[in-house]
Amino acid sequence: MHDVEKIFEKMSAALPEGPVRIKEAVEAGRKVVGCYCAFTPYEVIRAAGAIPVSLCSTSEKPIAAGEEHLPRNLCPLIKASYGFGLTDTCPYFHFCDLVIGETTCDGKKKMYELLDRLRPTYVMQLPQIVSEEAVESWRHEIKLLARHLEETLGTAITEEALRREIRWRNEERKVMNELYELSRLCPPPLSGRELHLVNEFFKVGFGEEAYLNKVRELTRCLRENYEAGQRRVSDEKRRIIVTGCPTGKSVEKVFHAIEENGGVIVAFENCGGVKPSYELVDEALPPYEALAHKYLGIPCSCMSPNGKRLKLLEDLVAEYEADGVVDLILQACHTYAVESFLVHETARASGIPCITVETDYYQGDVEQLSTRMGAFVEMMGI
Amino acid sequence: MSISLASWAMGLDVGSVAAKGVLLRDGEWVARAMIATGWDPAEAGRRLRAELTDSVGMDLELPRVVATGYGRNAVEANGRVTEISCHALGARRLFGDGVRTILDIGGQDSKVIALDRSGNVANFLMNDKCAAGTGRFLQNMAVMLGCSLSDFSSLSEDLEPHGISSMCTVFAESEVVGLLARGVDKNALALGLLDAVASRAEGMMRRLGLQPEVVFTGGVSQSRNLRALLEKRLNLPVRVSEDSQYAGALGAALLATRKTTRRRRRDEDAPK
Repeated sequence: MHDVEKIFEKMSAALPEGPVRIKEAVEAGRKVVGCYCAFTPYEVIRAAGAIPVSLCSTSEKPIAAGEEHLPRNLCPLIKASYGFGLTDTCPYFHFCDLVIGETTCDGKKKMYELLDRLRPTYVMQLPQIVSEEAVESWRHEIKLLARHLEETLGTAITEEALRREIRWRNEERKVMNELYELSRLCPPPLSGRELHLVNEFFKVGFGEEAYLNKVRELTRCLRENYEAGQRRVSDEKRRIIVTGCPTGKSVEKVFHAIEENGGVIVAFENCGGVKPSYELVDEALPPYEALAHKYLGIPCSCMSPNGKRLKLLEDLVAEYEADGVVDLILQACHTYAVESFLVHETARASGIPCITVETDYYQGDVEQLSTRMGAFVEMMGI
Repeated sequence: MSISLASWAMGLDVGSVAAKGVLLRDGEWVARAMIATGWDPAEAGRRLRAELTDSVGMDLELPRVVATGYGRNAVEANGRVTEISCHALGARRLFGDGVRTILDIGGQDSKVIALDRSGNVANFLMNDKCAAGTGRFLQNMAVMLGCSLSDFSSLSEDLEPHGISSMCTVFAESEVVGLLARGVDKNALALGLLDAVASRAEGMMRRLGLQPEVVFTGGVSQSRNLRALLEKRLNLPVRVSEDSQYAGALGAALLATRKTTRRRRRDEDAPK
């Protein structure tokens, strides 16, 4: 048997090293570009020779500071993103040369106007429908981003570099997808909290092969151990798919509540999970066109209509043999909150129960979450 | 006296205000107890167990115990099940198999549980993380009005409830102070507060698709006036029982009579 616990420990220990490595990269003359969202085309940033980093946005700590400039009745992700910048408590924000945002929702779009005062913020105009015209418009936006990066970073983005980065990012997606797909096994070889840890670990790899290899190693070891009979998760656990708003540190409380009350998360249909990675960039197409197709195809609730998300959810329920769906909504995220109705319909059509959990980054509802998740799991049989 | 352990089952419902216990023998209700939870739910659990065993003169280690309520994880027990599932089971035992909608209002939360025809929990809603519309809300309001919670059961139904606009415990307090200062009748105000709770409960029940029969459990169900206001709003009979407060503990005790708790996953259940 491989010692997979050790691999998880190492991944966990690697998380705090992220900021140090970015600091060293900056000192070595590398450019760093801060990103928030799954719509940001990392390939273009990397082709420009810069390092795209995922900026802090999932802690309750900077929210009070964020609320000094932003309304309270705004989603915690936006308030935290801005609060981190304002208080200079996100090391990645501290070291980044510029920030890239997208017009995914009203709150973010307007927040970026203020964030621009703290760090140059380039906002991409994201179309919110998938059509030929929208893909063309998004292709144009990606080209504008490329031009902006060339100008501000003083580099040139060659087609060769772009194609290389597309291949590499696809490779990253494939590696993560292979890990995710392990949870189709009954019982899954790892918990949802462990999946979430690997996602966090992958983020601080900053595209380095050594980090990707660690994920490959984990997947291989988990599979081989499973084949040798190791069962790390009880087969009595109810199999849960989490869908909805972006995940992160402060909403791990929901994952705890699920997994400490008889459930196990087998898939995340969120930005930190299957949603941005299940489709690859078509390497046969011209690069900008291929990127436009791929990124506009991410089924975020800001898209309208967004039937693709429901189809994805339906497929995941079947592929992962889910027993229930937990629809995670961050307070004041209108688009995901409205789609809740359709998510419930989709779950019902698949014959499994669904529960919507609206929460924010504060930990005051931990006990209540435990009861709600416990009762939800009990609905599938005591 | 020789007692077969298997025939005894205990359910403990450790709530935020009161801890309730039920003891069953061969599935039949033989003892009950209720104490204030206080600050230490583990201690409340121990005291309840002692009271229940003393009441039937048992001097042996306990039978299977299932704990529920917010203190369920603090209490010594063989199994722990949420109050949603326990209330569903307990309410069916108390009111029969026709129960489809359960309204439970306790000390710090309120919930609505929808049951399918077989008595399984089909859906449920819980109040968000504040005391609006719970027993705690009414308790605070009773203090404001200089009366006790039991007075909320004996108000004249001829009075027109005086509307209260705020359901936040803190804001409602200042609203009540203002209304009293303007000379609004205290009893009409009390009815208004109960109607505000009824209105909130109605909203939750309608969101789950209100199905008769409707039953009302939890400590707050003992208010006769609140029940009447609910019936008026729903235009349906709302059943309560003297034992309503024991519904959760009863459900837990019924679960404790089962030998094993969880069924295997559906793969094994499903015919191949």
